[in-house]
Amino acid sequence: MSTDSQELDAVRAGSLSEAKGPPKGAGPLQRREARLAYAMLAPTFLIVCLIVLLPLVANFWISVKPVQLGDLRPPETTVSERVRANAVQAGDTFEIRYTIRNSSPRMALSDVSFSDAVPADDVRLAIQDDRCTLGEGVLSCVLGDLEPSARERISIEATAERDIEDVEALLEGSDPNATGSGGNVLTDFSFTFDNFRRVFDATEFWNVMWVSLAYTVFGTAGALILGLFAALLLNEAFKGRAFLRGLFLFPYVAPVIAVAYTWVTLLDPNSGTLNAILLQMRAIETPINFLGQRYAEFSLLGVPISFPVALTTVIAFEAWRYFPLSFLFILARMQSIGTDMYEAAEMDGASPFQQFRFLSLPQLAAILAILFLLRFIWTFNKFDDIFLLTGGAAGTRTLTVNVYEQAIGLSNIGAGAAVAVVVFAVLLTFALIFFKFSPKEEG
Amino acid sequence: MSALRTGAIIALLSGLSWGALGMIIIGVTFSLVSGEAAIPPVGRAIIAALVGAAVCLATPQSFGERRRLGYSAAAILGVMLILTLGRPFGLPLSAAPLLQFIALILFVLLVAWANVQVLTGVPVGAMLRYPFEAALIRILKGVGLILFTVFVFLPFYVMVMTSFKSQAALLANPLDFSIDLGQGASSLFRSYIDLFRDFNFATYILNSAIVSICTVALTLLVAIPGAYAVARLRFPARDLFAQSVLLIYMVPAIVLVLPLYAVFSQIELRNTLTGLLIVYPATTIPVALYMLQGYFRGLPAEMEEAGLMDGLSRTGVIWKITLPLSLPALASVALYVFMIAWNEFLFAFMFLDDPAIFTLPRGVASLNSSELPRELMMAGAVIATVPIMLIFLWLERFMVQGLAAGAVKG
Repeated sequence: MSTDSQELDAVRAGSLSEAKGPPKGAGPLQRREARLAYAMLAPTFLIVCLIVLLPLVANFWISVKPVQLGDLRPPETTVSERVRANAVQAGDTFEIRYTIRNSSPRMALSDVSFSDAVPADDVRLAIQDDRCTLGEGVLSCVLGDLEPSARERISIEATAERDIEDVEALLEGSDPNATGSGGNVLTDFSFTFDNFRRVFDATEFWNVMWVSLAYTVFGTAGALILGLFAALLLNEAFKGRAFLRGLFLFPYVAPVIAVAYTWVTLLDPNSGTLNAILLQMRAIETPINFLGQRYAEFSLLGVPISFPVALTTVIAFEAWRYFPLSFLFILARMQSIGTDMYEAAEMDGASPFQQFRFLSLPQLAAILAILFLLRFIWTFNKFDDIFLLTGGAAGTRTLTVNVYEQAIGLSNIGAGAAVAVVVFAVLLTFALIFFKFSPKEEG
Repeated sequence: MSALRTGAIIALLSGLSWGALGMIIIGVTFSLVSGEAAIPPVGRAIIAALVGAAVCLATPQSFGERRRLGYSAAAILGVMLILTLGRPFGLPLSAAPLLQFIALILFVLLVAWANVQVLTGVPVGAMLRYPFEAALIRILKGVGLILFTVFVFLPFYVMVMTSFKSQAALLANPLDFSIDLGQGASSLFRSYIDLFRDFNFATYILNSAIVSICTVALTLLVAIPGAYAVARLRFPARDLFAQSVLLIYMVPAIVLVLPLYAVFSQIELRNTLTGLLIVYPATTIPVALYMLQGYFRGLPAEMEEAGLMDGLSRTGVIWKITLPLSLPALASVALYVFMIAWNEFLFAFMFLDDPAIFTLPRGVASLNSSELPRELMMAGAVIATVPIMLIFLWLERFMVQGLAAGAVKG
């Protein structure tokens, strides 16, 4: 009786507690839905982790490691075999020399050994070197550790058992098998702060930083202002508007490499069209090297000014290539502003400029702000454009180009990763500032 | 300020900007098309345009547009010919006479027409603020449209035309983009023929197409279920996930490229198209997921619930209800992803060493050498640009939607 009533109580208690309110925690249906959602998101999650988050972390790791471009190829043991004899007669002795080398100039090899087939019927080996042993027709030698770029020689005296025409071909015909495990510089535990020291010590670091900022700020602002103007031009319907809207998107849709090289061709000081036009119009006397000249010196009202030519050109390219995006957004926003507001303003006698200043601009402020933030970050991240236009020369080296320059140009992957860490840190700072000052309710 | 608000000021500005702009644009175009070294007399063109504007302003409005246009055009033509002593483009009239005649007529008509358009309804004397600003805006819009069109168009024009010229001809006269059609197709398309015959460009196109199409397929395959889960299903941390997706595509490619380069080198994925096909979808999936989930959210949930009630599984619902309803969004996303993959340069440049597997951007990059003539590089650029442009023009509606939805990336 007692057990039954206890069970009953328990059941009652359970149903009572359920009746008290909605169930807490997830029900089975909800859990199943969540499980399904996780399953559907798993591929995305996996790929993003592997290709985005993991490299991001790995970048920090590499930035504190002494990795050169050449280290990416793992160290190998190479063995070469030399026989200094041609035709031998039975009973002749000659020397077989093996040279064992560590291919890496920087990584040591351990457990180095090799083995080589020897035709035991034709030659007899006299082994003096205690690192080597002779098994069934196979010579094997164990060398242990091999320092970076180290070379070891092993010579073995051989005696011919019969007459051999070409002993060299006979013996060298079989390639020795080499083994040896090198540490992997990416996974070992050698650390260094040299990369960061290098990056920050370089006198040009702050220069690069300023160039990045100027490029980002003016490139973003330029693209935004051009986009605003283009949207204003195409806001009202007229014949050919659809065509022009398509045309205005061209710079963004075309591959960056095509348009960048076109600009290089267009701006070339010797055969470029723009210089030719300016010369022809008598606007300039000597061709301007738009992408190769760091500064143009001139004086304005007695004040000497050095104008950064190449940087300005690169910024102009940025504005040219990315104004279509702001144009598209701003135009869409303009088209969605109701006309009644403008009708009311017309009735009140507001002039066109007043209508723009006091009606359109406030309506566009939000989209302009969002565009500025997003484009700011993306412009800061940009690498291709400057790399293809100038390669970072003539005072246009931004942080992102510096990543490439250090890692590939100077073959120092570690230093490149250190610059990439700086890029990431600056980006994070921007993001934090933006989130702090952005309105909370925006989606 | 209001003392300056007169029709005369408008006429002055109109003449000034149209005279200068008209002469520069038409003079340079004449040079480019004819190959003659014209020296556009901008100053004298401005004077002629000012006279035209004055005539237009002085002609009574009641005369009608055509008559005012005629008077104004006659004045401009006369002043132009007198001031330049019969050399309207700084060349004797015998140089490319037909083209020069067309250019002169175009210049006169353009300036006269623009003046009439701006000055219709504008009095000589004081003006009210509204019509004054409206006239000013007419000038600004006209000038802006022309400048923008030239600014956007000129590089593409140079790209195509350079690919038809030879380096020697361009060095001799960089302004000469005249095409000699008498030389025959094989000579005209010499650079293109070279690229396909000696530089494997057919393979590059194929590689680019394979990589881009596979990237689109992989991206959609992964992003569709992900986007559906974020849009429709309830699970803990859903909002966190949706937002962090946005953050992911703020990560710069240049930060990812070194670790991927290092690791892919060691596992021998670097110099392969497979390597690219791992990286490209990873960079596009977050954007695609974000774009798609926005669209899925906008679809009515009731239809899907009805489907579930009628016994469809989730997969069935997605396949039979959600996806057919989102075809336009899928098209936009697919085109946008295709464009990113087709145009991608950094990873292709860093990863690919073997010319047999170059994508188009990598192939064009390999043409950038001082030993190869410029026109080859430009022909390569044209080959890389034309397919994506054709797709863009053909499916512009979807493409524009895709750009607008994903354009925060770039």
